[in-house]
Parts: sequence; structure tokens; C-alpha cells
Amino acid sequence: MSAHSDAAVNADRAAPARAASYLHDGYTLWSWLSSRDHKRIAILYAVSITAFFFIGATAAALMRLELFTPGADVVDADTYNRLFTAHGVIMVWMFLIPSIPSVFGNFALPLMIGARDLAFPRLNLLSWYLYAGGGLFTIAALLLGGVDTGWTFYTPYSSVFSNTHVILTLAGVLIVGFSSIATGVNFIVTVHTLRAPGMGWFKLPLFVWAIYATSVILVLATPVLAITLLLLAAERVFHVGLFNPALGGDPLLFQHLFWFYSHPAVYIMILPAMGVASEIIPCFARKRVFGYRFMAFAIIGIAVISFLVWGHHMFVSGQSAYASMVFSLLSFMVAVPSAIKVFNWTATLYKGSISFTAPMLYALGFVVLFLQGGLTGLFLASLSVDVHVTDTYFVVAHFHYIMVGGAVMAYLGAAHYWWPKITGRLYPESWARLAALIIFAGFNLTFFPQYLLGYEGMPRRYHTYPPDFQVLNVLSSAGAAILAVGYLLPLGYLLWSCLHGRPAPDNPWGASGLEWKTATPPPQHNFDRLPDGSDPPYDYPPLQE
Amino acid sequence: MDAATPDSEQDIGRQAARTRLGMWAFLGSEVMFFGPVFFAYLYGRFMWPQAFEAASRGTDLLCGAVNTAVLLTSSLGVAVAHLLADRGAYGRARRALDAVVLLGLAFLAIKGYEYVQDWREQLVPGPHFHLQGAVNQAGAQLFYFVYFFATALHALHLTAGIALMLHCRRALRRRPGRPTLRRLEAAGLYWHFVDIVWIFLFPALYLAGRAL
Repeated sequence: MSAHSDAAVNADRAAPARAASYLHDGYTLWSWLSSRDHKRIAILYAVSITAFFFIGATAAALMRLELFTPGADVVDADTYNRLFTAHGVIMVWMFLIPSIPSVFGNFALPLMIGARDLAFPRLNLLSWYLYAGGGLFTIAALLLGGVDTGWTFYTPYSSVFSNTHVILTLAGVLIVGFSSIATGVNFIVTVHTLRAPGMGWFKLPLFVWAIYATSVILVLATPVLAITLLLLAAERVFHVGLFNPALGGDPLLFQHLFWFYSHPAVYIMILPAMGVASEIIPCFARKRVFGYRFMAFAIIGIAVISFLVWGHHMFVSGQSAYASMVFSLLSFMVAVPSAIKVFNWTATLYKGSISFTAPMLYALGFVVLFLQGGLTGLFLASLSVDVHVTDTYFVVAHFHYIMVGGAVMAYLGAAHYWWPKITGRLYPESWARLAALIIFAGFNLTFFPQYLLGYEGMPRRYHTYPPDFQVLNVLSSAGAAILAVGYLLPLGYLLWSCLHGRPAPDNPWGASGLEWKTATPPPQHNFDRLPDGSDPPYDYPPLQE
Repeated sequence: MDAATPDSEQDIGRQAARTRLGMWAFLGSEVMFFGPVFFAYLYGRFMWPQAFEAASRGTDLLCGAVNTAVLLTSSLGVAVAHLLADRGAYGRARRALDAVVLLGLAFLAIKGYEYVQDWREQLVPGPHFHLQGAVNQAGAQLFYFVYFFATALHALHLTAGIALMLHCRRALRRRPGRPTLRRLEAAGLYWHFVDIVWIFLFPALYLAGRAL
């Protein structure tokens, strides 16, 4: 590197920020840990959530290593149980549920509606502390030896028989749950009361709609989980039976209460991801979202129906056949608004001026993987097929396609899309595209064989398997290795870009939306003058025929 | 920033609306929080109707009834305190809050007395549980599981409510004004919610089954 370019880089780094960006509002650790600025809290979330992601991913990597061969070579059955529990608990509660709402909802939502901050900034900071505290409880349980119940904590195993750190883990999940509720309340009030002048409900970006609907689910579903876990803890501590059939209780009651939360929780993960795709696709197709109102109504529809389908997790649990039929029908209904969204993204792309940038690759990857996961969801909603594949790798593949293929792809897409706004730096585009392709390939190689494994009858939660299944398992484990490389790449080049990336202009993508109309990175109070929200969303000029 | 957001009348009104909406959203989540407890009660009552009826006759009706009166009166006190503070009578508003806090503590004391009685009568679920005259001890124990869980959860909420009231009382003394009034209103909503939960718990746990 010549002395000249060195100096240029240094000059870039030392260039005084315009109007004191939020990044320059104090440099001490405490100025971050005590900040009530939604943008700084978003970054606190991003750092902690990424850390949890890699802890959960390490557990997954160990599992895939064990499943490389049919026998028990790496870990014993007990350790394997603790591994998949740690993977599930950490990924579901510490990563998937808070990821997009807490990081990008926090960062982008106030900017997108032209607000100076969330409605309750102090509550927002408290939410992060609850999240971090609850996460540490879970990590403590892991360090003390872990839990072997699975992330679903099914009774009576979790309430009576398991001799691992169930209570500590429950406490962690409970505390993280309160963080979710506080975040949800904050977003709801923010969207209701802090929209820029002129911004009616049908001028909101779809990402805001998605976060709003997610917040409603968070506020209404999370407390059910909280109380269910408290009841479970009470049963475990005081040895009285609410769920234990030996003491007069009913384990089905636990499943009903647990899935009443945990099924909507899937939509807590996927709705924000849909919101992200709805921002990125029109931006890089240079077109308005096709059927904006239908997209918004579909979000609401998914949120409402999400509360009515929990029984499809219990088709083989012994609930009445009549209940199973009703839940099967209701589960099919979720496909309708989901399909509307996929059709409308496709229609948005149709005849668009598409540029395959890194965020766009992630968003397209999201649509493809969500489509696969969603279609196999229909298999599982069909009573008879579900009975065949229940608790097999088919289910594992299905929910990984939705939750990892959907939510994680969208999380990375959001990270790349808003990265210039967040950090004021551009990332190396070719590396980012390469990473997106590696992740997409690695993901499919990991999880597609699992559909086949499950269909052939390999059960989940076992650390050994008959040798017949080895070829597909080896493929899956190899895919996991590729996926690991794919996940480490963004960590590397994004961190690099924080220090050495080219400074980003205010609107590097030429995107519409209020968040691109303020400085990059935004000043502490977001906007020097309150913006006008009366433009229609996705106001891209019509393309020439 | 400060120049752009003057402390106008309109802003104060918006702030109040924000706090109110936030509290309502939170109370929505609180309804769902208590929901499963009522669901568990209904489930048990549907599965073991006789045991639940017999068990509910073991609760202390007098204590429950007195506590209902105490709690309803306290809710009146909160409403009065808000009204007085709204009219600028901060001193009298503080005295109304004193009454609210005392009534809340009285409720907890009576509840504690009840718990001690239950303990003596072996009604606490566990190895020593025994309800006299009940055929189905497991079903009766389930009732008492729900009873203790629900009332303890309610008492916990009431304790938080008392803390909120003390906080508002202090704020009324130190810096009376619109922000404090806003906080008192939100705290009042919470207090009324805790009251309403009891309005459902009382008939479910104490009254249902008495007439038989």
C-alpha cells in the first residue's frame, strides 16, 4: 500500500462526522451501556445476539460432527441431549425471537417512521438488560452442565424426572420473555403515537407493519409462556402435580399452554423477516411493492391465524381426533396470506430492474427457502402425513428451512441493507455476495438431505442411527461445515468494514424511505428537522417500458 | 433538539396518550399472563367437578369477602386520588394514596392470615395435603395448587402496585405537575387491573361450589 492511499484511509477515518452522529456521542463503554438512544441499544443487541448465535451454532456443529458416523464417536447420549437442548434454547430465545425486531426494529423503525426515538427509551434500555441477564442465566445453566429436556421442556420429564438445571434455564427464558414483552409494548406505542406528520397507517413501510404485528404477538403470547414456565417450576420445586399424571395433572395441558406461545413464536421469527424482504426487494428491483395493501393485510392475517394453529404440534399427543382435524384445517389457512406475500414479491420482481447486490441475494434466498419451508409445512399440516413424519428429521428440516433459511437469511439481508446507515461504512460487495452464495449452498446441502432422512424414518433427538442413513447424514454434516464458513465470512468482512470500509453516502442504494433521508450515520436525534411522511411508501419512479 | 420540541400543551397531551397506550398494551399482556391460570382452573373444574366443588368449600369465605371489599375500596381511593391531584389538591391526593397503600397492606395481611390457616389445615399441596371429606384427594390438591398459585401471583402484583403507589405519592410531594399526574393515571390503571383479577378469582376460588 502506498503512502498516499494510507493517508487517504486515515483521512477518511479522521474525517469529522457531520452533526455529531450517534456513534460520536461518547466513547466510553458506559456511554453505550447507559444509552437510551435506540440506535445504540440496537448495537448492544446486535453484539450480544451475535455472540449467542455463535454459541448456539457451536452446539449445532458438535451435533453434526457426532452424526457424521452412525455410532457414538464424539459425545455420549446424555451430552448429545444437552447439546440439542442448548442449541434449541439459545437459538430460539436468544437469537431467533429477538434478532430482527430488537436489532433492526430498534435501529430502523424509529427512523422509518420519522421519530426521534422509541416511545419509552428507558424501557428500551431495560429490555436489553433483561435480555442480557436472562441470557446469562441460560449460559450459567450451560456451564453448570446444561439441560437435557429439549427446548420444549415437555412434562412430566422436565417437571419430575430430569436431574439437570431446568429451573435455571427456565429462569433465563422467563427473563428474556419479559424483555420481549417490554420491547413489544414499546414498538406498539411508538408506531401508534410517533409517526411523522402525514404518515397514515397505509403509508407505513411493510417492515414497520411486520414489526408492529410481531409486537402484538409478543405482547399477547409471551406472557402465556411466562406463566407456563412458572407453573412448571412450581411443579418441579413443590412436587405437586398440575402436569404430572401420577399426581392428578395432565401433560397435555402443558403442551396446549406451551404451543399456544410457541407456535405464534414462529411468526415472531418470520414476520420481521418478511418485512425485511419487503424492503429489500422493491429497492433492488426499482419498483413499488406489488399489492401494498394486500401485503399489509397478509401480515395481519398471519398474525391472527398464528394464534389458532398450535394444536398441529399435538397431532400424535393424544388430543381428540376432532381437535386435530380443526387444527389441521386452520393450519392450512396460514398458507393463504403466506402465499399472497410470495406471489407479491414475485410480482414486484417481474419486469423490475434487478440488481443482484448482497442484500438482494439474501432476500431472494429468503424467498426461495421460505417457499420450500412453507410448502413442506403443508405436508405437516396434513394429519395423515404428519403422523408418518412426526418427530423425524423431516420436521427438523421443515422448521430449519423456515427459521434458519427464513429468519437468518433475512437477518443477514437486513444487516447488509442497513449496514451503511448503521456504521457509515460500505462493506466489500464481492465478499458479501460470495458469502450469500456460500450460505445458500451450505444451507441447502445441510437441510435438504434431512427431508429425505425424515421421510425414510430417521427420528430426531438420537445421537446414533442405522448405517443406511449415513450417506445423507454425511452430506448434511458437510453442508453444515460450508454453512459455518458462510457464517464466519460476514463476521470477518463486516468487522473489517467498521474500520476500513469506504465511507457511505446518505443513501447508497437510492432507496425510498425516511431512514435514508437523514445523515449517515444518523445524528443522535435522528432528524434535524422532523421529516414529512406524506409520500407513499416505496416511491420508486415507474420504469420505462 | 430542545428548540425543535417545545414543552407545549400539545406535547404534554401526546406524552399522556403514549403513557396510557403503553399501560393498556402492558395490561393486555397481563391478561394473557393470568389467562393460563384461569385456563388451568377451568380445565380442572371440567375434569374433576366434584373434587373442585368440595375443595372450594375449604376456602375461607369470610376472609375472601372482606378482602374483596378492601380491594374495591382501595380502587375507589386511587380514583379519588387521581381526581384530587387533577384539581391541584396534592395534599389530599397524597392522603388518599395513604389510604390506598394501607388498604393494600391490609389485603396482604388478611391473605397471609388465610395462608397460615390453610397451612394448619393441611391444605398446602404436597405430601401432607389432606382435605377432610374429599373423595378425590388428587383433584382437591389440584384445586389448591391453582388456588395458591393464583392468589400468590395476585399478591405479588398487588405488592408491585403498592410500590407504584408509594412512588407516585413521593412524586406528588416532590414535583407535583403533569408528568406526575400522568404516572399516577398509569399506576391507577394497573391498580384497577389487579383489582379486576381478584374480581374473577374470588368467585372462581371461593364462591363456585358453595351453593351445593
